[in-house]
Amino acid sequence: MPDPILEVRDLSVTFETARGPVRAVRNVNWHLARGEVLAILGESGSGKSVSASAVMDLIDIPPGRIDSGEILFEGRDLLKMSPKERRKINGPRIAMIFQDPLSHLNPVWTVGWQIEEAMVIHGTGRAEARSKMIELLGKVGLPNPAEAAAKYPHQFSGGQRQRVMIAMALALKPDVLIADEPTTALDVTVQAQILALLEDLQRETGMGLLIITHDLGVVAEIADRCIVMNKGEIVETGTPAQIHNDPQHPYTKKLIAAAPGKGQMSDGGDGRSLLLQMRGATKAYGDVAVLHGIDLDIHAGECVAVVGESGSGKSTVAKLITRLEPASGGTAMWKGEDLFTMPPRRLLEVRREVQMVFQDPTQSLNPRMSVQDIISEAWVIHPDILPRHRWRDRVAELLEQVGLEPDHAHRYPHQFSGGQRQRVAIARALALEPRLIICDEAVSALDVQVQAQVIRLLARLGRELNIAYLFIAHDLPVVRDFADSVVVMKLGRVVEQGPVRQIFDTPRQDYTRNLMAASLDPDPDVQAARRRQRQEMMA
Amino acid sequence: MGRFIARRTVASAISLAFLVMAVFFLSRLTGDPTDLYLPLDASQEVRDNFRELNGLNDPILLQFAYYLGDMARLDFGTSLRSAEPALAVVLQAFQWTLVLALVTMAFVTVAAVILGSLAAFNVGGVLDRVATFFSLIGASAPDFWLAIVAIVIFSVNFGWLPTSGTGSIWHWILPVSVLFIRPFGLILQVVRGSMINALGSAYVKTARAKGVAPQPIIFTHALRNAMLPVVTVMGDQAAGMLNGAVIVETIFGFPGVGKLMIDSILQRDFAVILAAIMVTAVAIFIMNLLIDLAYALLDPRIRY
Amino acid sequence: MTNQSTPNTAATRNVSASAEDAPMLLRYGRMLVADKTALVAAIFLMVMVLCAILGPMLLGDLATRQNLRGRNAPPFDISRGWAFVLGGDQLGRPLLARIIVASRNTLMVAAGAVAASLVIGTGLGLIAGYSRGRMSQIIPRLADVIMSFPSLLLAVIVLFMLEPAVGNIILVLAITRIPVYLRTARAEVLEIRERMFVQAALVMGASSRRIVLRHILPVVLPTLLTIATLDFAFVMLAESSLSFLGIGIQPPEITWGLMVSQGRPYLTNAWWLSFWPGLAIILTALSLNLLSNWLRVALDPQQNWRLEARRSNDA
Repeated sequence: MPDPILEVRDLSVTFETARGPVRAVRNVNWHLARGEVLAILGESGSGKSVSASAVMDLIDIPPGRIDSGEILFEGRDLLKMSPKERRKINGPRIAMIFQDPLSHLNPVWTVGWQIEEAMVIHGTGRAEARSKMIELLGKVGLPNPAEAAAKYPHQFSGGQRQRVMIAMALALKPDVLIADEPTTALDVTVQAQILALLEDLQRETGMGLLIITHDLGVVAEIADRCIVMNKGEIVETGTPAQIHNDPQHPYTKKLIAAAPGKGQMSDGGDGRSLLLQMRGATKAYGDVAVLHGIDLDIHAGECVAVVGESGSGKSTVAKLITRLEPASGGTAMWKGEDLFTMPPRRLLEVRREVQMVFQDPTQSLNPRMSVQDIISEAWVIHPDILPRHRWRDRVAELLEQVGLEPDHAHRYPHQFSGGQRQRVAIARALALEPRLIICDEAVSALDVQVQAQVIRLLARLGRELNIAYLFIAHDLPVVRDFADSVVVMKLGRVVEQGPVRQIFDTPRQDYTRNLMAASLDPDPDVQAARRRQRQEMMA
Repeated sequence: MGRFIARRTVASAISLAFLVMAVFFLSRLTGDPTDLYLPLDASQEVRDNFRELNGLNDPILLQFAYYLGDMARLDFGTSLRSAEPALAVVLQAFQWTLVLALVTMAFVTVAAVILGSLAAFNVGGVLDRVATFFSLIGASAPDFWLAIVAIVIFSVNFGWLPTSGTGSIWHWILPVSVLFIRPFGLILQVVRGSMINALGSAYVKTARAKGVAPQPIIFTHALRNAMLPVVTVMGDQAAGMLNGAVIVETIFGFPGVGKLMIDSILQRDFAVILAAIMVTAVAIFIMNLLIDLAYALLDPRIRY
Repeated sequence: MTNQSTPNTAATRNVSASAEDAPMLLRYGRMLVADKTALVAAIFLMVMVLCAILGPMLLGDLATRQNLRGRNAPPFDISRGWAFVLGGDQLGRPLLARIIVASRNTLMVAAGAVAASLVIGTGLGLIAGYSRGRMSQIIPRLADVIMSFPSLLLAVIVLFMLEPAVGNIILVLAITRIPVYLRTARAEVLEIRERMFVQAALVMGASSRRIVLRHILPVVLPTLLTIATLDFAFVMLAESSLSFLGIGIQPPEITWGLMVSQGRPYLTNAWWLSFWPGLAIILTALSLNLLSNWLRVALDPQQNWRLEARRSNDA
């Protein structure tokens, strides 16, 4: 093992909050060598980003406080240096890129200026910085570097913006690059490209790369070594294969077990009655067509997944079925009637049977209503379902059904965790006794373990109550475990559809195959196989 | 850009048209217009003459047509007090108000932006508390009261500054100071809030990770972003400065358009009032246009 | 939500249930006690409201009784009675009593104007924000027209043509303030309308009326109430300015602004004539500002733990 270039020893950080001090990390130790890729894996609240923030001097004091420890960079303790000295290290020696590059790039300066600035403040001449900046933009794979330099961040796509961030971070050839969730919120194919770019650049420059992530797939894809964090402490360290195949700590075991993509694939149910039949559905905003004729069948009690990258129009399909947006053309037959042209009075009745669960449970629950009010609102709108004196009991029943306590009814949404909130949202949907629930990215904002719980809940409810799901997602492993059949969409068209087994095992279209190859698997061996497959397809 | 200016002009023209109509119908429907145009003690004969001469006996729609025609020719009538064209009287006074407003606004902007930024950089510090105090005073103290208290202290008690008029630079100090306080307090608060947001933003974090020093972080990275909401409030305040100008000009005997309007109202010089309304409305329109352009200049995401 | 902010959010999410379960009024009472400045402001305002309600009844005679020997009597001298503790005015009437009596007109005009503009502006704003028809185009234009002119000048012009009676002054001030609520309500509705809980209600089949009144209005209302508190101070200052200029409420009615104006000729020898009513205006406006700051935090479910926490830290 070569000498580590960056080493964190016994670091403890506390944040003062209104509810007393929170110890964000406790006695954390890790080290990173030149040329090594280290991953810190953790769920939200695990403190996985805190030590990196300490390295970059990004912890605001107060409310933060470093209780103990040292951060050695080439043997010198960063925490003992003056702010001025640390600014000389930030950028030229240690650089960092972030999740969500749109908010992390300054919206009012051109990307060229921002990259140049990284060099100019550390002593590079203006002219030299400029030519180097253009070279960098080309190197990270932006077309027309000279033109791109004069553009502003909002004029790029998400993947391109992350490339700009990378160019900026690498401008001065740092010895260490810290990447904090660099591919979260990017499409799978873009994620694969960005990870490949990071790997190439790392190999070329020999820098140490620290990746902070919540995604076992990212670890399997890129890391040499992995640290698992939980509640501010390191619970386990090892190679990705060790962690995945032979986890030691109970927390790691649970985490690995919860990872999607390993379960039995559904064989689909036969002979179930047809619930919804969509034919040739189109949608255009003005002259811009976003859906070009979508065909889709949903049977009773079946889970149909719609997968696709951003801009594929998968959420628009949901909006058309729920009539949140009017369709521009086509039909959607529901029990012999066309949903798209149904008169409002009739539509009200159908709305009992088609319910929706949204991506962000924080936003889909009215913050000023109690859980009791949120769930019973369904019966205010549809008074014939349930007499008023039974509401209280039924709410309690529904809460138990989704795994919450009956006395949670008096609480307000902000008093719940993300997973609990999503359960409330599901209870609300169940209140109307629907036949079809549309889940628009309903689990993608949740941590892996919570995600697995919610999926299990949905599956159980589907079985017990014979509910069909239209499951819109970008996360393929989850779809693999949960769906009966899959619809793959791209740019407003259906590329391929069929039973889940066929789509995952023998995809017919290149696009689907690309999607499958780009999606990350938590198992490093599977992932290695996929890489080979990807390289073959490139060749 | 040309298209944007054209669209804004049309929108403002509609606003102006509403105003013109409202003034006309209010003036015709609420009483005898001769009451508005003529002195209160005018004889019946003079009134009848005036009616005949100005077509006030014609049907109301015809009168409205005349009125619009006069507007279009920028003919607002003749001032009762000075017998000069009302527009000339107003423009003369308007220059003073414009200078007063510009000078004050320049001081307000510079002071509020600097103090607000520094207060935001050290929340809870001494500067922050000073800023909060000024904001509260600005939002709570009536300017007429501040003006007369200032006169009592600085002019009467100490005799340092003149109480009214425009003779020298000394004459400007009190009016500008009084006019300064309210917009200063308000803009200061907006700058502070906006800067706190900007300094806590993700891109400032990026800049820190690049090794940018605190000063360029405040003034290059954060300030330009923070200025966007500030510019909006500055526009509102610059227009609102005419509110303050009415008071300040009246108290300090400053010959601007605010004092002119109050004098005209007390002496029922309706032609001048009408002209003053139109001139200020046009001035505010031009200013709003400038604000929009400043917005586009500051924020590349805004394109017209 | 970014992953970096986790320690804080994780802590705030699991709010203790006990504080939340207390009755509404009690909770707000506790939060008010937690903020000492706001508490003082609220008490001061309550005293002012009592003055406005009871003052004219109890002190009406005292405030109008002229006493030539007490002309411009200096303050802090109670040999003529406690009512003269702030001095006497140019006709020998006790200033303290007059200030208390004048509070009714001053506060009534402001309250009337704020209430009217709040109701009308919010209603129009909700319609403009939620409907997708022609109203959503026309109503904001209306606000533009009113806003395109300084409020004081607008009031001056209208009052020039209408009688300067209390009702008209309320009307004029209300009109000039409608755009504030209209714009805020509209902007908030446009944003909230796209939020997922509104979409969820739509999917359930909720009517527009229900969505606006049950889902959108409760979210907008705290913001509007906070603005209204702030605006109360602004309207009061505007009314005072009008009265000061002599085109607002006319004697023999009194308001604080009018009292400042009436004291102006005596500035050099009897400063207290203008000073005390001016101070009354400032203190009331200041209290409203402070209370508005408190309201902004207290009415925000994501923020009000700060006040509750402050209280438990004090204890």
